[in-house]
Amino acid sequence: MTISPNLRASVLSLTILLVFLAAWQIATLGGSGPASNIDPEYAKLMGQQVTQGKSAMPGPLDVAKTIWGHLKDPFYDKGPNDKGLGIQLAYSLGRVLLGYALAVLLAIPLGFLIGMSPLISKALDPFIQVLKPISPLAWMPLALYTIKDSGISAIFVIFICSVWPMLLNTAFGVSAVRKEWLNVARTLEVGPVRRAFTVILPAAAPTILTGMRISIGIAWLVIVAAEMLVGGTGIGYFVWNEWNNLSITNVIVAIFVIGVMGMLLDQTLARFQRAVTYPD
Amino acid sequence: MQDLSANPKFISIEGISRRYPKSGGGTTTIFEDLWFSMRKGEFACVIGHSGCGKTTVLNILNGLDAPDDGAAIVDGRAIEGPSLDRAVIFQGHSLLPWRTVLGNVAYAVAARHRDWPRAKVQAHAMAFIEKVGLKGSELKKPSELSGGMKQRVGIARALSIEPKMMLMDEPFSALDALTRGTLQDEVRRICLETGQTAFMITHDVDEAIYLADRIVLMTNGPQAMVAEIVENPLPRNRVRTEIHHHPDYYAIRNHLIDFLVFRSKTFKDAIPAGYDRRHPPVVRPAASGSTAPSGSRAA
Repeated sequence: MTISPNLRASVLSLTILLVFLAAWQIATLGGSGPASNIDPEYAKLMGQQVTQGKSAMPGPLDVAKTIWGHLKDPFYDKGPNDKGLGIQLAYSLGRVLLGYALAVLLAIPLGFLIGMSPLISKALDPFIQVLKPISPLAWMPLALYTIKDSGISAIFVIFICSVWPMLLNTAFGVSAVRKEWLNVARTLEVGPVRRAFTVILPAAAPTILTGMRISIGIAWLVIVAAEMLVGGTGIGYFVWNEWNNLSITNVIVAIFVIGVMGMLLDQTLARFQRAVTYPD
Repeated sequence: MQDLSANPKFISIEGISRRYPKSGGGTTTIFEDLWFSMRKGEFACVIGHSGCGKTTVLNILNGLDAPDDGAAIVDGRAIEGPSLDRAVIFQGHSLLPWRTVLGNVAYAVAARHRDWPRAKVQAHAMAFIEKVGLKGSELKKPSELSGGMKQRVGIARALSIEPKMMLMDEPFSALDALTRGTLQDEVRRICLETGQTAFMITHDVDEAIYLADRIVLMTNGPQAMVAEIVENPLPRNRVRTEIHHHPDYYAIRNHLIDFLVFRSKTFKDAIPAGYDRRHPPVVRPAASGSTAPSGSRAA
């Protein structure tokens, strides 16, 4: 009776997964025999899946087979409409990281400024309040028109959606640094620049990292939608392309891969966050 | 200039006032035209009720606040902002929680000696960590320390920059009585050994009697003033556990408590004849024939 809570949780997780997979398998087993009352024109259009009474929804085994296929050869390139899942993922990741990096470069210094200066904070507040709730995709037409490059437009959309949580969290973290810590630095005649790096930055780091973690999550959500609009490459485009191919299996595979990748990004930042968090 | 140890005005507070704007317009005067001075190597305590501006006086001395009128002068120079010559021990320990004990002390040492190599900074910091009895805990984070240990780190940090004076804002008020006692012993020992000039705010009458050479009594705010300056009649080589047997102990203790309980409120309304803000009366309570006004008020 001394099973560790972690082990018990794992067993429960595994059980839930198996139940889910079994339910999925049963639900997609399909009907009984060919359908008879279908318009022959439509049957021709839709192919075997409909006419044979087999569900268009693949079962877990089909998906597993497809995933295995993708894993075996993730980086093949057979023209613009047929690239390996690894290549598509790399395109998406590249865009996200580029747009995100630009957002970090802007949001953290600007957040510092807002957090340290009540004047700038008040002056910029109305702009931030209006700009923040705009859906990042609403910027897309404007970006396409001004930038005239769909790839860079997607990066811009990532940039604009990841800027806000980082900006607001940095500003909040910086403005909430305990006055006594700042007073310690002031009585030690530590200059403003050194003070920013030795007191404010470490004190605000956990809050800043929280903002960065929210931002990477949003960026990964938005890239899929952005690539569906922009097309060409990326995991979002892959999903849309496979939908046009009516390959539900590949769509499900892509959904799964998007989830795993998002989790990895989040976990990476969570690790950084733990590294800078201090017990009070 | 003459020998500093003979300078009766190593620290001189000259006519300082501090006012804050009131929420409904106008200003609140915390204190006005405050005067007093300290000799080098002297230990002074300020006693007064909350709101009399004790902490404001301390913040003016450490340079975090500035007086609206008057000036605070240390060693012949007016205070214009914080300085490494004046170390502060804060009420909350105010250690940087992401740094270790050594890191916190070394931060102060590195601020003092910007050109020192890392190893020298750390060795210097370690010497002061040992001085406050924290050897072996230098790699712990503040969250792993007890309240008394944290305050020891604060003391080590203040001492490590080898200041001209130490400013303490109720440094032991958050500690239990036992810890407070040992830390008082350490502070007294260190101040005597190093000839440190110290200025401490406290609520604790016994702490003031044990530590201070002179005790500044402040009346209640707003418009607080220095009612008088009490000279400690106890011998300089006093021991904390024995001072209450000294014949003058209850004279000074009763005098201070009388002040806190009654006179801090009433002093302003009945200012004694001949009272001079620039030279507040100096009182030396003693068992036989105290110069203090007493008795009748307590009745």
